Amino acid sequence: MAALTREDTEALIAEVLEVYPDKAKKDRAKHLMINDKTLESSKKCITSNRKSLPGVMTMRGCAYAGSKGVVWGPIKDMISISHGPIGCGQYARAGRRNYYVGTTGVDAFCEMNFTSDFQEKDIVFGGDKKLAKLIEEIEMLFPLNKGISVQSECPIGLIGDDIEAVSKKAAAQIGKPVVPVRCEGFRGVSQSLGHHIANDSVRDWILSNRDGQAFETTPYDVAILGDYNIGGDAWASRILLEEMGLRVVAQWSGDGTLAEMENTPKVKLNLLHCYRSMNYISRHMEEKYGIPWLEYNFFGPTKIKESLRKIASFFDDKIKEGAERVIEKYTPMMDAVIAKYRPRLEGKKVMLYVGGLRPRHVVGAYEDLGMEVVGTGYEFAHNDDYDRTIKEMGDATLIYDDVTGYEFEEFVKAMKPDLIGSGIKEKYVFHKMGVPFRQLHSWDYSGPYHGVDGFAIFARDMDMTLNNPCWTKLTPPWVKKEAVAEKKAA
Amino acid sequence: MANIMIRQNSAGGLVFYLPKRDLEADIRSIEFDTPEKWGGELKLENGGSYYVDPMPKPARLPISVRARRLGAAED
Repeated sequence: MAALTREDTEALIAEVLEVYPDKAKKDRAKHLMINDKTLESSKKCITSNRKSLPGVMTMRGCAYAGSKGVVWGPIKDMISISHGPIGCGQYARAGRRNYYVGTTGVDAFCEMNFTSDFQEKDIVFGGDKKLAKLIEEIEMLFPLNKGISVQSECPIGLIGDDIEAVSKKAAAQIGKPVVPVRCEGFRGVSQSLGHHIANDSVRDWILSNRDGQAFETTPYDVAILGDYNIGGDAWASRILLEEMGLRVVAQWSGDGTLAEMENTPKVKLNLLHCYRSMNYISRHMEEKYGIPWLEYNFFGPTKIKESLRKIASFFDDKIKEGAERVIEKYTPMMDAVIAKYRPRLEGKKVMLYVGGLRPRHVVGAYEDLGMEVVGTGYEFAHNDDYDRTIKEMGDATLIYDDVTGYEFEEFVKAMKPDLIGSGIKEKYVFHKMGVPFRQLHSWDYSGPYHGVDGFAIFARDMDMTLNNPCWTKLTPPWVKKEAVAEKKAA
Repeated sequence: MANIMIRQNSAGGLVFYLPKRDLEADIRSIEFDTPEKWGGELKLENGGSYYVDPMPKPARLPISVRARRLGAAED
């Protein structure tokens, strides 16, 4: 099917929205737009970061997911307590595959679930005592932890526990940072507020811990922010940065440690990959410590080259030469990947619906492989994300915010993409509809996708999914035979 | 009154940021922009406007200041 024109897309949106009651239709219409590259600001065209409509299937998470799952969870030598009933922590445990080096249960704790396991009596009488005891037990059983964060689940805010007081007392007792995080799930409309709350708690409890302490710096210190090392992403990015001569002081927060975070105020430049989840702390460091920050994109050769040069422009000639050297070294590798996979993927259409940075960051990687992204959208973006997305996407493509299950299915039925990239909740729906699908939240148990090494894996995975022979076998044999028989008769 | 942050973008223009609402917008005009007196009414590109008590020009941006909303952008 040829790419849709602006009128076709408009008609499609109108058709899809037809089933809603008037009020819902009016509201949902604001969250869908047709891209126009000439726009400077998305504000007039798309509304975002609003409460989802009751009754629709939304794919959003909660503030706890944003704080514990995204920002705090991957710090490997800190223990994140899921303070509240057991389910939130248990069902979210290790789901994001934030890889790390360390021995789980000894000096690294990301894959473990620490919870205060609230019962009725804790709701009635309060859970502060339990929390204090829990911290004591953790300290006894896991003495190599470097700090503890208390991630509140919904009941904590509802019953009004004073986790700040408990944390302060416990911190004095064990001599390590204990960070209370008020990320109750009911706060905000999506996980996005959880990121903000987590950033603020890092700012208030962690960031200034080592101010005034000696730290051996170099002029080439940088920190990687907003890279959660999903499937090893941060490592693949770090290789490139180190090869061009930079020193990566900290990784936030995939495979990161508390010490790295405390040392971050000493770096010269903050490199921000996921803008949505870590721009808050970058802005704070810019104000307080005068550290500039830069958004970069390590998906696909075009963007990698662009980003490396952009990063190098903040430093002297040595780094600029380093960047060119790195680009020269890896270009043949990346060209080989493109030469191998582009013929197999050329002209295929992709629809995305992810969170954070991916709906705009991976567009370049798909384009390098000759594929076209015909629709994209975020679960929890704000308008500044859409401002950035407009420039990445082609004209007259569809952009949807907090798309509902129904809308997404209808869009797919009408636009017939060759590949969909979204989350686990959508995966099997589209598999059953016979559309190739990649789970782009945790790279479908593959990865890394960042950097040069990641691009090779990205291209292989897309090819593996799209050109999988199983898609030709979706029609059962008895139906097929009939079709053949009918042909013969005719 | 709201806490806002004013920073400089790569092009040299001023950018307004309201952390509470994650609102980021370029500043179209600033009422006072001299070394002794800086601030006043900020007109934003999204149509909103805020008032910052005039102060000596800060030595370094970004800076967090208290601001009063004069006219909201529609949203």
